Amino acid sequence: MVKKYHLRYVLSFIILSVLLSVLIFININNGSVKLSFSKVINILILNKKDDITSYRIIWDIRLPRAIAAILLGGALSVSGFLLQTFFNNPIAGPFVLGISSGAKLVVSAAMIFFIGQGMAVSSGVMIIAAFIGAMLSMGFILIVSKKVKQMSMLVICGVMIGYICSAVTDFIVTFADDSNIVNLHNWSLGSFSGISWDNIKVMSIVVIVTLVITFLMSKPISAYQMGEEYASNMGVNIKTFRIVLILLSSILSACVTAFAGPVSFVGIAVPHLVKSMLKTAKPILVIPACFLGGSVFCLFCDFAARMVFMPVELSIGSVTAIFGAPVVIYMMVNRQRQKLY
Amino acid sequence: MKKDYIITKDLSVGYNNIPLIENINLKLRRGEILTLIGANGSGKSTILKSIAKQLSLINGYVYLDGNSLGKMSESDISKKMSVVLTTRINPELMSCYDIVATGRYPYTGRLGVLSDYDRKKVIEAMELVNAIELADCDFSLISDGQRQRVLLARAICQEPEIIVLDEPTSFLDIKHKLELLSILKKMVDEKNIAVIMSLHEIDLAQKISDYVVCIHNNKIERYGAPEEVFNTDYITELYNIKNGSYNAELGCLELEKNASNPKVFVVGGNGSGINLYRKLQRDGIPFAAGVLQENDIDYYVARALASKVIVEKAFESISDEKIREAEKIALSCEKVYCTLNEFGSANIKNKYLLEKILALGIEICYDMYS
Repeated sequence: MVKKYHLRYVLSFIILSVLLSVLIFININNGSVKLSFSKVINILILNKKDDITSYRIIWDIRLPRAIAAILLGGALSVSGFLLQTFFNNPIAGPFVLGISSGAKLVVSAAMIFFIGQGMAVSSGVMIIAAFIGAMLSMGFILIVSKKVKQMSMLVICGVMIGYICSAVTDFIVTFADDSNIVNLHNWSLGSFSGISWDNIKVMSIVVIVTLVITFLMSKPISAYQMGEEYASNMGVNIKTFRIVLILLSSILSACVTAFAGPVSFVGIAVPHLVKSMLKTAKPILVIPACFLGGSVFCLFCDFAARMVFMPVELSIGSVTAIFGAPVVIYMMVNRQRQKLY
Repeated sequence: MKKDYIITKDLSVGYNNIPLIENINLKLRRGEILTLIGANGSGKSTILKSIAKQLSLINGYVYLDGNSLGKMSESDISKKMSVVLTTRINPELMSCYDIVATGRYPYTGRLGVLSDYDRKKVIEAMELVNAIELADCDFSLISDGQRQRVLLARAICQEPEIIVLDEPTSFLDIKHKLELLSILKKMVDEKNIAVIMSLHEIDLAQKISDYVVCIHNNKIERYGAPEEVFNTDYITELYNIKNGSYNAELGCLELEKNASNPKVFVVGGNGSGINLYRKLQRDGIPFAAGVLQENDIDYYVARALASKVIVEKAFESISDEKIREAEKIALSCEKVYCTLNEFGSANIKNKYLLEKILALGIEICYDMYS
């Protein structure tokens, strides 16, 4: 029995890693300018600069974009997993609970304010703004979750908070200068484009540090999956743990929103798919697998966003919704059916 | 003399800083079982949760192995105390083995990876509760009885010195109730563990507990060995039973009697009348029973169900006086049943009574369904 499961775990990780490598290559190869495999190898690994255009395309556009998709996609799905554990609700996620929208609101306000003052908005400021927004929404959700015990109500409240935040964002955008709007509009739909190496630096530090801490917390997270009361009996300091969990998931989803805007459904669909693949919910396995899965999912969706209606680019949010929402629906229907037994 | 393992001193428990029960002073040694009984909502769970540090104490202290609970860290407590709660858990994709293994949490390293020793302990605990065959089953798909056993295994696996159980036998059928409690008893004896639990089954509480605590009217009303605590009148009062009665000696519960004038007279004894008494009660027919000695098992049931019982002192032959009384009542009834086939020297007068009634032209039914 133990052997069989170990094989499944190893296989799952191999499949995810292979998919990830393949998708990285596909994403770098393809685009409005198609590059051959050997050219990519030449430029990326051998660092040859004879074709300066291709060199620039890869190093300045496609590679940072792919790295962003990997880091942010992974961050988003881990954040979803944390929220699902926290609320003990399989359809909790940063987007559904309005956390992404809260982050989006504060980020757009910050952008308009800083650009209005003639200042550039640095990556750090974006993350901080997004984090504040995420915490605001999270605060609301926590207050609501104290009052309502029903999980469906919690999700409905989250969606409503999301709508309110989006409405306020639209309101702010209406009063922004014309020159800002184009930028803001693009960002507020969600996209991995226009990521600079400077962004990558900040984002990788934040995401990697947060993920390492999250991974180190997999033991108390596993205890928390048994419910608060049992977790406390197992020796988890519930108060501290809850705060840390909220901070971690908010930082992760804030980071995503700051750089790529709101990206929907990754946080729900990927953890679910990963858990079905591994046939376990053990955090020590699910957290790294979620990261890989989120990366794969976002690389794939970003590829679709760029390629399907080339040269027009779709917003990443719409593509993730198309692939993610059916998973969520399937999940809810399936869950309902299980309850009938 | 073993020393007390857990002591509560002037403990007050409740929610939101409002005390529900005050002045709780309990103590228990290892290898003993203490059971809380009381009506729904009396505060049994509140006490258990406070002892397990799930609720903050409003006043007073809980000492665990000589240390104040409030000063101990969660991880220290987790190595001494484990719990089985009523909260229904619904973990995703966890096998029963995984659930039991969470009991090893206080002993595993930073990432919670199980060692060979931990795995051995998990298997041991599952064997102790006869749940080893469930190891690979998904926890959310097993029955209530199996769940309770698995959760008990989880608690055992934590290698505690005390286990706190909140209504461990709720939702279980008789077989599983008995099974769970005998496992618990075995564990207490073998591993020298102290057990504090709440039970709804007073009959079982009476049999398994070393101490019983009765919670009523927001206080500990009685506290002592089961034989000191249990008597029929007190239990009736404790649960405020109005629609029936509880017999503390037999631990059996009867529904409400129909106390109007008897329409049927039953001559029974030695257990033969019990089924008929219960049938008459179900059918709503008021009846009288007699003549029964106080030490006849029929008497205990008849006392609870019959509108009139003609009773003779224990170990005495039936007196003429009692027979005359029985005759009077029997003649006023519409029907007379006899559930006895033979009579002995102590109740031979019941036979004479029946013969006399028959001679008066009244039919005697020997079949309880006629």
